[in-house]
Amino acid sequence: MRAAGEQVVIGDIDDLSGVYADVQGQGGIEAAKMAIADVGGTVLGKRIIVLSVDHQNKPDIGASKFREWADQNGLNMLIGGSNTGVSIAMSKVAAVKRVPFFAIGAGGASLTGADCTAYTVHYAYDTTALGNGTASAIVRQGGKTWFFVTADYAFGTQLQEAATRVVVANGGKVLGAVRAPLGTTDYSSFLLQAQASGAQVLGLANAGTDFSNSLKGANEFGLTKTMTPAALLAFISDIHSLTLQTAQGLYLTTAWYWDLNEETRAFAKRFFAKMHKEPTMTQAAYYSATLQYLNAVKAVGSTDSDLVMAHLKQAKINDMFTKNGYVRADGLMVHTMYVMQVKTPAESKYPWDYYKVIKVMTGEEADGLQPDPTCSLAKK
Amino acid sequence: MTTLFGLPLPAILGQLMLGLVNGSFYALLSLGLAVIFGLMGVVNFAHGAFYMLGAFAAYIGLQFLGVNYWCALILAPLAVGLLGIAVERLFLRHLYQLDPLYGLLLTFGIALIAEGIMRGLFGASGKSYPVPAVLQGGFNLGFMVLPIYRAWVVLVSLTVCGMTWFLIERTGLGAMLRAATENARLVQAFGINVPLLVMSTYGAGVALAALAGVLAAPVIQVSPLMGSSLVIVVFAVVVIGGMGSIVGAIVSGLVLGLIEGLTKVVYPEASNIVVFVIMAVVLVWRPTGLFGKE
Amino acid sequence: MRAQIVVYVLLAILALAAPFLGLYPVFLMKLLCFAMFACAFNLLLGYTKMLSFGHAAYFGSSAYVTGWLMTARGWGTIEAIFAGVAVATLLGLVIGAIAVRRQGIYFAMITLALSQLVFFICLQAQFTGGENGLQGIPRGSLFGIIGLGSDQTMYYFVLAVFVAVYILIRRIVHSPFGQVLKAIRANEPRAVSLGYKVDRYKLLAFVLSASLAGLAGSLKALVLGFVTLSDVSQGTSGEVILMTLLGGSGTFLGPVVGANIVVTLQEYLSDMVGAWVSVIIGAIFVICVMTFRRGFVGEIQRRFARRTGEFANSEPT
Repeated sequence: MRAAGEQVVIGDIDDLSGVYADVQGQGGIEAAKMAIADVGGTVLGKRIIVLSVDHQNKPDIGASKFREWADQNGLNMLIGGSNTGVSIAMSKVAAVKRVPFFAIGAGGASLTGADCTAYTVHYAYDTTALGNGTASAIVRQGGKTWFFVTADYAFGTQLQEAATRVVVANGGKVLGAVRAPLGTTDYSSFLLQAQASGAQVLGLANAGTDFSNSLKGANEFGLTKTMTPAALLAFISDIHSLTLQTAQGLYLTTAWYWDLNEETRAFAKRFFAKMHKEPTMTQAAYYSATLQYLNAVKAVGSTDSDLVMAHLKQAKINDMFTKNGYVRADGLMVHTMYVMQVKTPAESKYPWDYYKVIKVMTGEEADGLQPDPTCSLAKK
Repeated sequence: MTTLFGLPLPAILGQLMLGLVNGSFYALLSLGLAVIFGLMGVVNFAHGAFYMLGAFAAYIGLQFLGVNYWCALILAPLAVGLLGIAVERLFLRHLYQLDPLYGLLLTFGIALIAEGIMRGLFGASGKSYPVPAVLQGGFNLGFMVLPIYRAWVVLVSLTVCGMTWFLIERTGLGAMLRAATENARLVQAFGINVPLLVMSTYGAGVALAALAGVLAAPVIQVSPLMGSSLVIVVFAVVVIGGMGSIVGAIVSGLVLGLIEGLTKVVYPEASNIVVFVIMAVVLVWRPTGLFGKE
Repeated sequence: MRAQIVVYVLLAILALAAPFLGLYPVFLMKLLCFAMFACAFNLLLGYTKMLSFGHAAYFGSSAYVTGWLMTARGWGTIEAIFAGVAVATLLGLVIGAIAVRRQGIYFAMITLALSQLVFFICLQAQFTGGENGLQGIPRGSLFGIIGLGSDQTMYYFVLAVFVAVYILIRRIVHSPFGQVLKAIRANEPRAVSLGYKVDRYKLLAFVLSASLAGLAGSLKALVLGFVTLSDVSQGTSGEVILMTLLGGSGTFLGPVVGANIVVTLQEYLSDMVGAWVSVIIGAIFVICVMTFRRGFVGEIQRRFARRTGEFANSEPT
């Protein structure tokens, strides 16, 4: 038992070594520390300290570490997740230990649906918002017929379903879909099927290396010449490693981009100085979540979880991550999303100049107006 | 349009073509595994890791040392082969007297180390390696566009497979190797340096894996985990072919690539497991594998 | 013999008092589950020399079945555990029947490939929740009387099951059946020529090991309240090998010690070294194989054996 009352303890449990490590990982911790520095390193006169651990994408490690910190280290708030399975396991702990948990980087919409808790805040994005964004923008531009290459697990299926709803609602049509096993390295046969369908848009309902490998294949087999590639989840780190040559013309949805305005650029500059790369949307979300939590603590004058959560659910969120964002009753942080198109190498003027904004979506457009009805908190 | 199993024929041709490309990767990888197993009795669990290191060697060469693809094709297998030799000398050599399971466990540990180190250095999400300029573009075969690079992969791996088979089955050196496997002491008595022979065999088998890695680098993301799932598939391929059989490894590698290609059309979700199903069937029917002899 | 009794008495006192020593009950239960898993695995590796590279399949599938029955079907704790173990047993029977036809590394490869098949089934199947896993599994109660919700009650329940399994394994090894297994391990052709149906004995050992691994999985599901794909993955299969090898295969206490070391390392090492944890695990593998193949307990027993002449046959392979 350390003197829990004299400091505010922020925990970060995330993937620091696995497939999500480049998207959040150490960069996320760094972003959280930047937020702490911005409030002066203390709140209510207490020093703010950060604990971090690698959950190795194992839910038992994530959940037991969370439980241990809550019991023994006086944990006040937890941030992290990446992996949906780990995040759901941790949200169950959050409910029992009554510690606010900011889930970032996990796609699973059930975090604020069937698995919602009073202490979970889902930041950055979920599958609903991602599916809505890319699909609605492209369909309205005339990309009416779609073929999906979907990662064959819940995340991919949810993405595809969300996008399909939007395509159909806007008068488009899904000509087919193929479910590729997770971790497939060679997408050529799936892409051949996509090509044979004659669809205008190639929807990539996957993420990470699955996304990179499928887009690479699409380029190699000349699909990008005849079809519009549309990513449902891609990070700027993915685009950076794929290079513009491969990724050009790709549509994607993002919660944040470093080159949106002065504020985002200022943050990116500070981040770049430490990490030597531009922040991803989830790393920016790390900053925002930490800052908003600390602001809420300051506003209610206490680290009491219930008071802080109550404040978070009624205050507006205004920082460099988003303007007028808010936390809905089910725990989803509703905020502006952007549909982007990846620039061609010729259009890109300076390093990391990768995206152009196609469409700005309000939070309601992205996530819908109503809280998720499957969440017990949504029923009044 | 002509159809087969309710699918348009051109689509099937296209999938078969792609299956052949994948099959030649499998053949190259399982060949190295079969050579190591057949001649040394070592189950090289680190084979996938050496494949990954081959791809990374090419990537590092291009990014930091200015080594282009063509040089990498020679240098990366060489470098990784030398690493393999070091592993043999430092560790594997001391385990030959023991149960072969220890060799398996050792190489499993080495694979973990290699993957962990590359992950620590380069992150897990992978790096891109460009297709060399000469091999960009594709042939239009009528039913599909075959990227030139993929055709090149088939060409290289089939050539290398053929050469390895010839070397082991038809030359004096190969005869010596096979004799050393049968009776190491006798061959040693003939004045042949058997430990050196074994060491080079391991190095060569590992170099084959690294070559496959270089060939794969422009096609898929170069990532630390690229070998870990592949190695199990390749093991299954070798078991199907009959462990230690060179011909078995090559033929079953190619055939399984084709079958996997067809599965991707008929029932894509199962494309990752079809190899294991076939393995189970083969083992029930012919426990020694298709080409294995007891 | 006296030394052994002293060790067990000390361990029993420690295990009973552990929750009062400020040790974390959930962590302790996790240790016990993995120790049980490793003991089950050791029954196969240590006493029959069969290296299964896919034991996570039984551990995980049983955990999934128990978890699913309790969450979606509202089954009772005991029934759900039995159902899970039954599935693991059946799976062990099917995979074992194919695998025991071959020996050594062939056996290892077959179990590995078939467990990979089980992994993909768990990834595909609806009831497993895919990569989200099964979450929020209730612990239920024993016979509807003793609620297992409290960590302490659950701990003593898991401890009781563990002790029962441990004693069972000792009995199996010392039984005539166990003696036959040892004979097969020492010299299979001779066992065949003595008229033993070797494959049947091996299959039985395999199935026993699979069901006990399943029991460990079911308990883990209840303890932690969730089951995910990592429980059926190749990584878990590798870990259980490491635990057994590190502690000492073919010794009774070895797997328990090994499981404790590995689980503790994983839990606390990641704080310190972060991304390099798999390098360290790999290095332990290499060191273990190169320098002390008998494992911790095996080495200690050998020292004792020199002095007292006991445990003379504790050579692991």
